[in-house]
Amino acid sequence: MTPIISLSHVDYAYPNSETLALHDLSLTIEKGEWVAVIGHNGSGKSTFAKLLNYLLAPTKGEIKINDVIANEENMWTIRDMVGMVFQNPDNQFVGATVADDVAFGMENRGIVREEMIKRVDAALTEVQMMPFSDREPARLSGGQKQRVAIASVLALQPKILILDEATAMLDPKGRREMIALVRELKARMGSELTVISITHDIDEAASADRVMVINDGELIETGVPSDIFANAAQLRRFGLAVPFAEQLKEKLRQRGITVPDEYLTTEGLVTWLWQSISTK
Amino acid sequence: MFSNMIIGRYMPGNSWIHRLDARTKLVLSIAFIFVIFFANNVIGYVIATLFTLFAIMLTGLGVGVFIRGVRPLILLMLITTLLQLFFVQTGDVLVHWWFIKITTDGVINSIVVFVRFMLIIMFSTILTLTTQPLAVADGMESLLKPFKKLGLPVSELALMLSIALRFVPTLMDEAQSIMNAQRARGVRFNEGGLMTRIKSFVPLLIPLFVNAIKRAIELGDAMEARGYRGGDQRTKYRVLTWHMQDTIAVIGFIIFTVVLIATRWMM
Repeated sequence: MTPIISLSHVDYAYPNSETLALHDLSLTIEKGEWVAVIGHNGSGKSTFAKLLNYLLAPTKGEIKINDVIANEENMWTIRDMVGMVFQNPDNQFVGATVADDVAFGMENRGIVREEMIKRVDAALTEVQMMPFSDREPARLSGGQKQRVAIASVLALQPKILILDEATAMLDPKGRREMIALVRELKARMGSELTVISITHDIDEAASADRVMVINDGELIETGVPSDIFANAAQLRRFGLAVPFAEQLKEKLRQRGITVPDEYLTTEGLVTWLWQSISTK
Repeated sequence: MFSNMIIGRYMPGNSWIHRLDARTKLVLSIAFIFVIFFANNVIGYVIATLFTLFAIMLTGLGVGVFIRGVRPLILLMLITTLLQLFFVQTGDVLVHWWFIKITTDGVINSIVVFVRFMLIIMFSTILTLTTQPLAVADGMESLLKPFKKLGLPVSELALMLSIALRFVPTLMDEAQSIMNAQRARGVRFNEGGLMTRIKSFVPLLIPLFVNAIKRAIELGDAMEARGYRGGDQRTKYRVLTWHMQDTIAVIGFIIFTVVLIATRWMM
């Protein structure tokens, strides 16, 4: 395993702000990992995402992306490697049509037109938006716009895909489709694509290989989703939502029913309930 | 209130005119404004009218659409026409009543101005009705390219124009929802005198501006994240291609110009 992202002792303070948005953050993310970053509003998780793309420069400490130090000089190399999808579907749609938007990043890099056409088609096929290629953004749903945003990133063939609360403004259906799409991409590209999802959504976080909890600018917990989500008391303490299955387990426990300690998805808990009833 | 606002009212279609290159349509529409001044007698204006009607026919949209296009400007046209009628004092006097004096030259001039105005508006409407706003922006960029050497940031201006066009529907939607939200709080739009009406738009405009600035900041981040840094090394995904029909259109227009000049010596 080789680390693709490494932070050592990173501090970040917004201009005109006394307090640090991120404090002494040190972590590594392996190539091909899918990491979910969770934390309440204002915990610093979006700041973390912006540092990885050099949209913000660390106040202190060092960030390395694929062994390239993130600084002024390397910023375009960094941005070639790190693609980002933001929260608001409308405010990241630059092109006048779907195809134009996917091409925007490539135009910036001076890629020749024949290559652009090929990559636009490939990226749109990947996110199942090919039939919409000449549509204007006003005629797309939020979920479709976000899929176009993913296509725009994929067309640049990045090593890292950052989803900065990319599902937060979508309806439940759009959200499910987005998560399914990222899962698919991850399954196909394997270790060629590292995914970092900054999220509030438990389902999105539960799909990841690893979950990091950020609270008040500090990394306080990291582990596999089942370990993180099984600790309901701690999640609550950091102002985070507890998955429904965990809430139910807690209630069952209060009634004196022995429940498994490990994290279960809603479906997993349903299966467990069926089994425990039938074996009784 | 936004449904009757006409911005880039492009009418999709696949006519001969629709398929013309945006640059051709841009240049010819501008050229028409100057060429029309060659007409100085009835024959000239008849030919110019026929040429305009022929171009309208080629769009396959019907004259009705074009007349509706002229309607918002009818007041301006009438004022100009009336000015001509009352202030041109040469020629034979037709009516002389109190301080109003209408002369033959005044009548002729006002008819000429009216027809000229009408033809120019109709001809430019052909451009806006048959060309997507984005294609117009692309056409302008391409035509302004020579000015790059003079330091005019042509590609940046074109990108700004295309982003502005792309955000028109987004901001219209937003204005609509802010209006609804303010109506729910008791603001009354379109009621009362002029000042009250203007004032009632303040609670619409402030949130709209604040949000537009927020959007702009986020859009800037998104553009940077995707590697935007301006400059000339950018390539273009969308290209304009010159076809045989564009050459035909230009030749047709040149013939029209020559004929129009020739009519000057016909009467």
